[in-house]
Amino acid sequence: MPKDEKTLYPLDGFKGVIETLPHCKLLGIRFSKVSRGSCEAYIEYGDHLAGDPESGIIHGGVITTLMDTLGGGCVFSLVQQGQSAATLDLRIDYLKPAITKERINGFAECYKLTQNIAFVRGYAFNRDREKPIAHCAATFVIGSVGFSPTVPKGSTG
Amino acid sequence: MSDFFSRVMEIKREGNLEELGRVIPYASFIKIGYERDGEGLIVVLNKSEDNVGNSHLLALHGGVVGALLEQAGIMQVIWECELTRFPKIINLSVDYLRPSLGARDTRARASLIKQGRSVTNVRVTAWQSDPDKLVAAANMHLLMR
Repeated sequence: MPKDEKTLYPLDGFKGVIETLPHCKLLGIRFSKVSRGSCEAYIEYGDHLAGDPESGIIHGGVITTLMDTLGGGCVFSLVQQGQSAATLDLRIDYLKPAITKERINGFAECYKLTQNIAFVRGYAFNRDREKPIAHCAATFVIGSVGFSPTVPKGSTG
Repeated sequence: MSDFFSRVMEIKREGNLEELGRVIPYASFIKIGYERDGEGLIVVLNKSEDNVGNSHLLALHGGVVGALLEQAGIMQVIWECELTRFPKIINLSVDYLRPSLGARDTRARASLIKQGRSVTNVRVTAWQSDPDKLVAAANMHLLMR
């Protein structure tokens, strides 16, 4: 899949840029694996992320945010430096309740990239990726509007 | 019946929107509050730099917008329906229509398209300064039993 590595966003570079976006930082989103076309990331559980304070079950919005972030990561791993991406649509199927008070892991891959659109799919899970808690399908518009993870000059990656 | 469910039903009976804004940890963490107008319940994502996911446009993170729409859909069902337990979300499909700025409040309103015995279909729309210029819209299904 890689074209010329030099014209793509450096993998380590954009990962750091995304992790330090205000809302990603707030939720503590961390990328655990980044490759050309797919990404993995996680969010550690915190009581402030609960949708139901009694059960401690995480709010669906946290999963949506993780999946949207992962989708963006997949797109940036494939497009040319300088190109941006904006989420066009995102669908989440909630397959089963999350295990309470546990880290939420996510995986996403870009399974088709055209000049203008990136098609992404992924899932979220607690301990076992074979037993996902949510499935996600999303599309991103590639272009000049939206976010581009330009790495500050002088940083490594 | 869980204590939390009973608490939310009590808040609903009292119509206490301020308290509603406090009881769901994640919703209050991302600064979601509630308002009411002649047409019904409005769920508000208060402006916050912490919710920005695009540092160039200073736009909200798409995930937070999704969270607002989801919360608005669930709350509409809780507000309108006679319930014996919380509805469960089956799925949520969000369309992003315009960038939404972190420096502005975002409002969402939901309506029940079809209320069935087992599944309710909900449509949610969100806007910032102009209600005619939607920033996002969503459809969701909730399991009622």
